[in-house]
Amino acid sequence: MKHMTAFAALSAAALTAGAAWAEPQAEVLHWWTSGGEAKAVAVLQKQFSDRGGVWTDMPVAGGGGDAAMSALRARVLSGNAPTAVQLKGPAIQEWYDEGVLADISDVADAQGWADVLPAQIAEHMKCDGHWCAAPVNVHRVNWVWANKSILEANGIEMPTTWDEFNAAADKLKAAGITPLAHGGQAWQDATIFETVVLGIGGADFYQKALVDLDPDALTSDTMKSVFDEMRTLRGYVDDNFSGRDWNLATAMVMNGEAAFQIMGDWAKGEFLAAGKEPGVDFVCAPTPGDAGFLYNVDSFAMFKVDGEDKKEGQDLLAELIVGPSFQETFNLNKGSIPVRTDVSLDKFDDCAKKSAADMKADGEAGSLLPSMAHGMALHGAQSGAILDVVTAHFNSDMSSDDAVKMLADAVANSM
Amino acid sequence: MTDWLSRHVPKIVLAPTFFAVLLFVYGFIAWTAWVSLTRSKLMPRYEIDGLIQYDRLFSNPRWDTAFNNLFIFGALFIIISMVLGLMLAIFLDQKIRIEGALRTIYLYPMALSMIVTGTAWKWILNPGLGIQAMVQGWGFPNFKFDWLIDPKMALYTIVLAAIWQASGFVMALFLAGLRSVDGEIIKAAQVDGIPTWRVYTAIIIPSMAPIFLSAFIVLAHLAIKSFDLVIALTGGGPGYATDLPATYMYAMAFSRGDLGQAASSAMVMMGVVFAIVVPYLYSELRAKHD
Repeated sequence: MKHMTAFAALSAAALTAGAAWAEPQAEVLHWWTSGGEAKAVAVLQKQFSDRGGVWTDMPVAGGGGDAAMSALRARVLSGNAPTAVQLKGPAIQEWYDEGVLADISDVADAQGWADVLPAQIAEHMKCDGHWCAAPVNVHRVNWVWANKSILEANGIEMPTTWDEFNAAADKLKAAGITPLAHGGQAWQDATIFETVVLGIGGADFYQKALVDLDPDALTSDTMKSVFDEMRTLRGYVDDNFSGRDWNLATAMVMNGEAAFQIMGDWAKGEFLAAGKEPGVDFVCAPTPGDAGFLYNVDSFAMFKVDGEDKKEGQDLLAELIVGPSFQETFNLNKGSIPVRTDVSLDKFDDCAKKSAADMKADGEAGSLLPSMAHGMALHGAQSGAILDVVTAHFNSDMSSDDAVKMLADAVANSM
Repeated sequence: MTDWLSRHVPKIVLAPTFFAVLLFVYGFIAWTAWVSLTRSKLMPRYEIDGLIQYDRLFSNPRWDTAFNNLFIFGALFIIISMVLGLMLAIFLDQKIRIEGALRTIYLYPMALSMIVTGTAWKWILNPGLGIQAMVQGWGFPNFKFDWLIDPKMALYTIVLAAIWQASGFVMALFLAGLRSVDGEIIKAAQVDGIPTWRVYTAIIIPSMAPIFLSAFIVLAHLAIKSFDLVIALTGGGPGYATDLPATYMYAMAFSRGDLGQAASSAMVMMGVVFAIVVPYLYSELRAKHD
């Protein structure tokens, strides 16, 4: 009798599995495994199964995605790529060059992506003119976060130029407060670096230096003053910053041990998770400079798959990812803003609203720019070479003259 | 039939491992060498393009740092571990009580994973949490011990942690060596009234030459493949001041999608290993012939 039940259960399982075969399939490789991120992915997963799809989750832990990329490489080499993979920036085109990305232009055209996505960001989602990836969010990188009560106690306004920032920092330092909370990891050094490039050089200079890698711009006097400012900033960081994680630096601002942090808007998630309110406990402002918006866009690249059910799954996934309802719930959970410009922002906080408004304005003014430090502007080898120079300069007593020379050499060497 | 079997069983049994090693070690060394001659990026490509990757490697200041670090770290780690291990072994060899317990205590760090050693030392050396904060708390506000965050000194913190982990193991090797020296010779020396330190320097230590060689080989390969300790202790920082060839290779292959560059650095690392192992193998083989 026992065997009979077991047998019945088995065949039932086999039947459901067989029935599911005809439904849209999607295997999704991502590295969103931490609290808020996992919740955000669960939203997509639910929407997918509500539409009758079968979702195979393939999470690979490890924040930077290095482990996920190794897993992806193995899958692609064995000729069995996942349906969709969390990829971003020029890495999408690099994978396209390996000849493994699919064309999802049908969905994109049917859903009118070209009309609702900012043109600069849409460009990242295209391979040789056709759509091959779907964007999920926009993180702004050039934010300064500040502890409001420290600023008020010392009579400091949010700085709008780097000179004002330095003046405020000197004042704070004299008062015995660490002016700048920072974690000494190469990518964090580079995050500050690119906001300084944008702030001192302006949008055109940023484009020339960190996107087009123009040798004249890299060795210019402007770049030297960028490194001078980096040296000044180094003096505002506490002695113990080496290797500190970014969220610990955020905690320093939260607890009143430090006044400012320069970090993308994922830092806001830390403040909100600790029950702090924007404008009340902490202040957000774009990093010093006239204008400019450095974006870091997460997206899913679609890989070539075999079988009708998998292709259907891929199309459905693409449709859902860019769909307004997913964009809203996902970005509320993740702390970023929707990549669509037509999503209502009523439920979002003030920092997010400012971010969305700036994205629109900077998009029109031509100062919506890809973040170099977060792999949106350059191939891995090139941005890596720049990161090496920036972090070597920040962590030593190298002169600005040596730094620009090293920068130009490193970029030439990475080609 | 049984004759044939007994003659061929060893070969049949060894064959699978032989071919596995041939493919997965030597085959992949050859494959890496091939990739190091191409312009491979995210995925391996197979069109040979000369020595471009080696050019890039040797003109990269980060590689210079990593390669120099390997020699500084390796030399200090090997020499200090051996000296310390030998001293511990000699002291333990003086027929003291609770020798077993002491031996275990000294040997135990070897049982820890390098990641654990690195993380623990990261806390101990952190100026805000560890030794510096503690001594300052005792009332010496000017005490400074911030090697971990000083780009010029950070490498020596790795040496420190590595020695802490490995010297107990070296001690165990040497202790075994000391015990294997013929007791009659030592007794004879003592009867002749030769002081103990002379017995060690003139008789015991010279007779332990093979143990020195084994210890050196083990420590040298530990130094060259060092990776987890650096990742846990400094993450290669501050900047890239504590990069080693292994961490450089990892960064190129897995973070930057630059497989060609990673392969060329791997080949250079292998060259260093060969430079150490080949003379060793040569001396071993010659010893057999004599």
